[in-house]
Amino acid sequence: MSLLASALAWLADPDSWSGSGGIPTRLLEHLAYSGLTLLLALAVAVPLGLWVGHTGRGSGVVVGLAGALRALPTLGLLTLFTLLLGLGLVPPVVALVLLAVPPILSGAYAGIANVSPALKDAGTAVGMTGGQVLARVELPNALPVILGGIRSAALQVVATVTVVAYINLGGLGRYLIDGLAVRDYSRMLGSVVLVAALALAVDAVLALVQRLATSPGLRQAP
Amino acid sequence: MTWTAANWPHVLELTGTHLVQSVLPVLLGALVAIPLARLAVRSRVLRPVLVTGSSLLYTIPSLTLFVVLPLLLGTQITSVANVVVALTLYVVAILLRSSVDAFEAVDGGVLQASTAMGYRPLRRFLTVELPLAVPVLVAGLRVASVSNISMVSVGAVIGVQSLGTLFTDGLRRSLPEEIVVGIVLTVVLALFLDLLLRGLGHVLTPWQRAGTRSVTTRLLALGRGAAA
Repeated sequence: MSLLASALAWLADPDSWSGSGGIPTRLLEHLAYSGLTLLLALAVAVPLGLWVGHTGRGSGVVVGLAGALRALPTLGLLTLFTLLLGLGLVPPVVALVLLAVPPILSGAYAGIANVSPALKDAGTAVGMTGGQVLARVELPNALPVILGGIRSAALQVVATVTVVAYINLGGLGRYLIDGLAVRDYSRMLGSVVLVAALALAVDAVLALVQRLATSPGLRQAP
Repeated sequence: MTWTAANWPHVLELTGTHLVQSVLPVLLGALVAIPLARLAVRSRVLRPVLVTGSSLLYTIPSLTLFVVLPLLLGTQITSVANVVVALTLYVVAILLRSSVDAFEAVDGGVLQASTAMGYRPLRRFLTVELPLAVPVLVAGLRVASVSNISMVSVGAVIGVQSLGTLFTDGLRRSLPEEIVVGIVLTVVLALFLDLLLRGLGHVLTPWQRAGTRSVTTRLLALGRGAAA
């Protein structure tokens, strides 16, 4: 328990909270990497998932692609891209985007594909065009599932950004890697508490967004 | 290919430890999660506690658990045991949710029928409920094993040997070939285990295979039987 106490002491130490390597800076770096990754992944995966779910074209390819991407080890991609592209922000972000795409893609695809055909037909019957059916019928109905995919992607990204410290970038993983190098276990354990708290906070915010964005018509008692 | 040719015994050994670190947690996790899920299914108290608890557990980053566990368990930080325990927790977190779904999807009428035929609870669970839940259980196991194989390599960052060692070592020595070998072997392992689990699901559910035979043929066979 003395270790836990020293970790808490590290968290409470004002020195840990100031300077260019302080907790606020590292926290912002962590959030910035995660945010950038998620934005890029959303830009790729959401339109693709919506299109495939709406048209039904290439659904086999999407399911296979999402499965294959999941099997790729992020640490391997991270180190490989770093060797090939050099140090900097690009290699880790590319590796993390590949990690975030599968859950978003399968969420977007499955959400749209599972909207009841009767609803889509009703949309067409009242004179909606394909685009209107997608925007006004399929999207609102599929939103909880789509956001669920985004939520699990965000969680994975926030957790995995810890690893980018391994290739000399910032983020909360910095404390883990630096602490390990000098066997400073209180710093490592303290940073662990921070990452877990950040992951829980991000998940809670997204859960709230998911709740608020769900159409009242879908929010029925189970 | 010179690096691979010179180092294949080492690579093989790492593949072995990688396999152990990813398979063992799936087995242990299944042994914990499946009975727990069954207990949670008909319980008003246990179900929300376990389902919420497991999704909270899943939010803790793997690298974090690899570091915290040795401090809690008193093991060496580079010990394989930390990775096995950490990944077992993740497997429980993934499987608990999907196993609860699996048991809830079993037709209640079938269970009542087996009780009426005199099946006692344990026998009913083992011979009726569990087999009927296999397809969904296997789906959960497949997700758990694929994500495990990818997560094991993260242990290399803190010095636990696995195929991930090829990534950290390859980066340090600027050998892209070493990293590519590691990635390819990781994906091959994932595909191999996935195939194995799919095969297992197939073998354990012979009645589903009968269902894939065309319904018409079976009806015709029945008709012929009735006529004879």
